[in-house]
Amino acid sequence: MRRLNPSLVAGGVIVGIIVLMALVSFIWTPYDATFVDPSIRLAKPSWEHWFGTDKFGRDVLSQIMVGSRTTLFVGVVAVGVAAVIGVPLGILAAMVRRWPSEFIMRANDLVLAFPALLLAIMFGAVFGASTLTAMIAIGIASVPSFARVIRSGALQVMRTEYVLAARAAGRQPWPIAVRHVLPNVTSLITVQASVSFAIAVLAEAALSFLGFGTPPPTPSWGRMLQESQEFLFSAPRLAIFPGVAIAIAVLGFNLLGDGLRDRFDPKLEDRR
Amino acid sequence: MPDQVPAIQVLDVVRDYPRPRTSLLRPAPVVHAVRGVSLDVKQGERFGIVGESGCGKSTLLRIIAALDQPTSGHVVVEGTDITRLPERRLRFLRENLQLVFQDPMSSLDPRMRVRDIIAEPLVVQGHPASGERVRELLEAVGLSADAGDRYPHQFSGGQRQRISIARALAPRPRILIADEPVSALDVSVRAQVLNLISDLVDELDLTLVFVSHDLSVVKHVCDRVAVMHAGQIVETGYTGDVYAAPQHAYTQRLVSAIPTLQRALSGATTSDLLATKGEPA
Amino acid sequence: MSDVLTVQGLTVTVRDKTLVSEVDLTVGPGERVGLIGESGSGKSLTALSVLGLLPEDVVASGSVRLTGVDHDLIGADERRMSRVRGRELAMVFQEPMTALNPTMRIGDQIAEAMLIHRTRPGRGAARSAALELLERVQLPSDLMRAYPHQLSGGQRQRIVLALALANDPALLICDEPSTALDVTVQALVLDLIVKGVVARSSALLFITHDLAVVATVCERVLVMYGGRVVESGPVGEVFTNPRHRYTQGLLAASDLDTADRRLPTIRGNVPAAGQFPSGCVFRTRCPHATDICAGTPEWTGPVADGFACHHPAEPVSSPRLPAGGAHA
Repeated sequence: MRRLNPSLVAGGVIVGIIVLMALVSFIWTPYDATFVDPSIRLAKPSWEHWFGTDKFGRDVLSQIMVGSRTTLFVGVVAVGVAAVIGVPLGILAAMVRRWPSEFIMRANDLVLAFPALLLAIMFGAVFGASTLTAMIAIGIASVPSFARVIRSGALQVMRTEYVLAARAAGRQPWPIAVRHVLPNVTSLITVQASVSFAIAVLAEAALSFLGFGTPPPTPSWGRMLQESQEFLFSAPRLAIFPGVAIAIAVLGFNLLGDGLRDRFDPKLEDRR
Repeated sequence: MPDQVPAIQVLDVVRDYPRPRTSLLRPAPVVHAVRGVSLDVKQGERFGIVGESGCGKSTLLRIIAALDQPTSGHVVVEGTDITRLPERRLRFLRENLQLVFQDPMSSLDPRMRVRDIIAEPLVVQGHPASGERVRELLEAVGLSADAGDRYPHQFSGGQRQRISIARALAPRPRILIADEPVSALDVSVRAQVLNLISDLVDELDLTLVFVSHDLSVVKHVCDRVAVMHAGQIVETGYTGDVYAAPQHAYTQRLVSAIPTLQRALSGATTSDLLATKGEPA
Repeated sequence: MSDVLTVQGLTVTVRDKTLVSEVDLTVGPGERVGLIGESGSGKSLTALSVLGLLPEDVVASGSVRLTGVDHDLIGADERRMSRVRGRELAMVFQEPMTALNPTMRIGDQIAEAMLIHRTRPGRGAARSAALELLERVQLPSDLMRAYPHQLSGGQRQRIVLALALANDPALLICDEPSTALDVTVQALVLDLIVKGVVARSSALLFITHDLAVVATVCERVLVMYGGRVVESGPVGEVFTNPRHRYTQGLLAASDLDTADRRLPTIRGNVPAAGQFPSGCVFRTRCPHATDICAGTPEWTGPVADGFACHHPAEPVSSPRLPAGGAHA
């Protein structure tokens, strides 16, 4: 029996809780997350409102729960965009000749050198601020890290003797990419996806905080943080709850990434 | 029988590799991996290529298998010049020439079942990859039929090398190229794999090209041997002759550097390994 | 004179698996002893136990005594072991790159090895000693200023050897020191190892899978299989007159010189570490195995010259060519 590694378990549990929270929020939240009740503005945590209410009297717990949907949605779409572009690009760069490969990788570096947030703000300015533009911008900004990791993995696979054997049997390059290279870099894709997920969650929060992300009234952890600014001293809990939620989510995905990396490490696999 | 046509003919093959640039001003340095190699392998022959790491033997092998292109020179396989042929015209080569590699860990795709690994050449070449044929191949290399359902990591090094051999034999090739096939194996398993290769070459009437750094293994397996050093063939001959009376200075050094049980038991020491054959330590 | 190294009842376990069991082994002063075995035989773990370098979850028990060290090496803490390693006890592993610090010049590394254990009075003396060592392993003196990555594999292994010999250790342990090297380079490294230990009257424990190398380098040999020592004795005797059926089979299977095209083989595969059978570890592959082999065979003869087999091969008075399974 393989022993479970602690970061995989911890990461899995945290991510599981967030997913569960998002799912539950579809059928039940303590209150309507967007319901404004001026009579209970800035209420302290109580039995009625566990995390208190914000400046419009909305229930903070309900907002956090609904906000987790945004977080996961952003992560899934951003990572999806990054993987769908980055993985084929990485494999391509590993398989073509030297100069085209150099070109792909230098173009990659160019995107990598461009600050992700700036890209997202530009996108927001051009296409209008929305969750979707934020996600796509974050996704595009994450392409280079995918392409890089997948390329180095694919290069390793291309050097193996089973790829040589496939070539000697007459397999063409693209079938080799699909049949041999892709299956053998899936572990890298998984690891990179969970790490990118964490980055995307953080980036979405930052964008919403700056006003370029999820527009009101859809709850988002980043925007909750932004709205809490003016009460940072009078009601710090309004910043603490979404802040902690973001921190835990990022930690969860990073732990999951680390855990998966350890699990897929062939050196550890031998100790089965 | 067209036995006048050699199985493999290598004509003055040169292979240079550019190394990554080290300076913006000077041109990229060049590695001369193979410099002007010529050799003939007759039909049905067991031909050995021996040399140390970096001597160019692996590069030469890839060129013979059309997995790499020579900078200049030609390779003729069964009468057809394969040099610079496009992949679609190499079908006869892909069917008739197969390889077995050194590393039993890296030569099998860890994500594929053994039966898919063995059937790969058949599928690629459009032959019906029947379960029957796979079972037949597994049996031929001494593995049980249920081995097909498992993954490579469930096998030991020797068994993996058998799988590798089964895959190579799948398209019924006439030429088998083995690149250090036993170097990574335990001694007690090495003998099994050497016997298996020997038997199969006999039964199936194969031409064998056996590449190794170990002259004693080559001597055991092959009729003729070419000794490679620094990208060139320094000596060719019948293995027994080359082993007993090496002509080239490098071959002499190589032969005397090989520790053998018999020499050791008759009193050879480590300084005798350094003495060139013929002259006292 | 007493033995340099005395290992008694060495057992190495990882969780529920036993990887090495009840290994007894001695190396006399100036003696060159070979430890031979295939993968999973436990030969490297035996060496690592002596060095106190086992991985975290691997546990050794038994006793390992080294001359000039007043405590048992098994269970000694890192602080005490680090005083022994590199001083009385030196090692050369298969991969030389990992044994060298990539950011330090060769000369400084060798000098430091001596300064750590204060075997030279000062930096100057250590440096001139380093220069001399470099000469001993037949490397040019300008390599003093080189970094490890600038050297070839064979040169690196010679540097590692120079490091190992720097403090005139009582015992040098080499684990597959020449396996990764080319034949001609191997010849040089083996010769330097033998000359090095002979010049210092150091004892040598030489671990390898290569029978011919052991026969050339060592005077006495222990054959390991499945975590146990199955046979031991002088090289000339074990390799010409093997008593254990495994040794016999191994010799026959590796005899590329006299056999015809078909080699005698040992059937089956080497089991994975920790999955060898109980009783005689070789019984699942042995052509002579019977029911009594389910019991662990007793050791026959003295520790330094004996075997553990229920059905040993006939002793032959004159050296004979090994022919495995001929009596079967």
